[in-house]
Amino acid sequence: MTDEHRETGVGWPDEPGAAAAPETVTPRAASPDAAAPSPEELPPEESPAGERDAGERVPQRPEPVASGGSRPRGPRPAPEPDGLSEVDAPAEADPDAPAEPDAAAEPEAAPEDRRRPSAAGVMIGLLLALLGFAIAVQFKNVSTDPTLAAARQEDLVRILSDLEAREERLRADIAELEESQRQLNSGAQGRQAALEEARRRADDLGILAGTLPARGPGLHVHFGGPVKARAILDAVQELRGAGAEAMQISGGDGPAIRIVASSYFLDADGGITVDGRRITSPYTLRVIGDSETMRTALHIAGGVVESVAKDGGTVTDEPVTLVEVTALREPSAMQFARPVS
Amino acid sequence: MIAVLALIAGVVLGVVLDPTVPVALQPYLPIAVVAALDAVFGGIRAKLDGIFDDKQFVISFISNVLVAGVIVYLGDQLGVGGQLSTGVVVVLGVRIFGNVAAIRRHLFRA
Repeated sequence: MTDEHRETGVGWPDEPGAAAAPETVTPRAASPDAAAPSPEELPPEESPAGERDAGERVPQRPEPVASGGSRPRGPRPAPEPDGLSEVDAPAEADPDAPAEPDAAAEPEAAPEDRRRPSAAGVMIGLLLALLGFAIAVQFKNVSTDPTLAAARQEDLVRILSDLEAREERLRADIAELEESQRQLNSGAQGRQAALEEARRRADDLGILAGTLPARGPGLHVHFGGPVKARAILDAVQELRGAGAEAMQISGGDGPAIRIVASSYFLDADGGITVDGRRITSPYTLRVIGDSETMRTALHIAGGVVESVAKDGGTVTDEPVTLVEVTALREPSAMQFARPVS
Repeated sequence: MIAVLALIAGVVLGVVLDPTVPVALQPYLPIAVVAALDAVFGGIRAKLDGIFDDKQFVISFISNVLVAGVIVYLGDQLGVGGQLSTGVVVVLGVRIFGNVAAIRRHLFRA
């Protein structure tokens, strides 16, 4: 550093003389001897220019390889070290004399003085060590985080904005998907509820139509003795009016018969006919419904019990906590009626 | 020889110490390395040409690194840091290629 300053300070006055030289290498090479006294400043003064030359010469170089390579080599190193070290001392200020050769040291001068290359060599070694250090650090730096840490600020900003835009899009996607999921869920729930409701109604209607078995609290009503079909029909009507929900009738023999809205009762010899099937006394009605209300309905004055007793029969009823109405009726297809909706 | 040893020592030091680069220096370190490499190749070429100059090498090394850093810094301040550092790398790369070509011609005569 100190060398550099000293050099430039000295170099300025010689600028006019040096100005011509830095243009090209050839003039300097042509007249090294003639310029020898004054251009002891030239090499240092020229060093930046010479470096630039070395770089810029490259494209021009390939054509005159042989001449270009040989030209600067011969004249330049040989005369300069001698001219420098000898002429420098008298021309230069006294304190600079020891330092000057240091700075101007050339590889060819190395054997002359061991001390000189050591200073510059140490400098070069330091710089190269620094370079190696920087290379290693940079390699490590890039390899540890190849993407973000090595990226420039504007790149990072761009990446960030890209990511934000993408996040925005993905957020919108999430909202959309959640919305559709919600719709599907509610649709499924609605369908589930509708199915549930329909099933419940189908059960109700099945019990009413007699296509499903039913069970629940109710009455067992026993008819003994001679009982007319009209009495049975009265009892059935009375029980329905009292809130009976499902009924079946069975006789002394034959299967139980489900009583529905379209059931009919006819007198037949030795018994009655219910829905085309003949049963004989004693009859048993199994009824699901509110047993108290139904019993009251049966025992009402002038009601079923009285009229049956008048005809010589008997009616007994017993409340049962679990009446099973298991007889079924074949569903009949509607011939004429159609649903409105 | 000293130079090669110093370079290797520097690499070893860098690997062993494993320092973290300060954030403020991160944009400049790669450019500085490339600029220094350019100076090193220029120095090797000068050596082969027989015109190697210690002082010139030191100054060109330092000035290369400083100028490259300043250019990138200016670019960063002007908002064109990326483009300018690309430009610097391209220019230095061209120079390195030229120097390597000259070295190659010296070594292999081809």
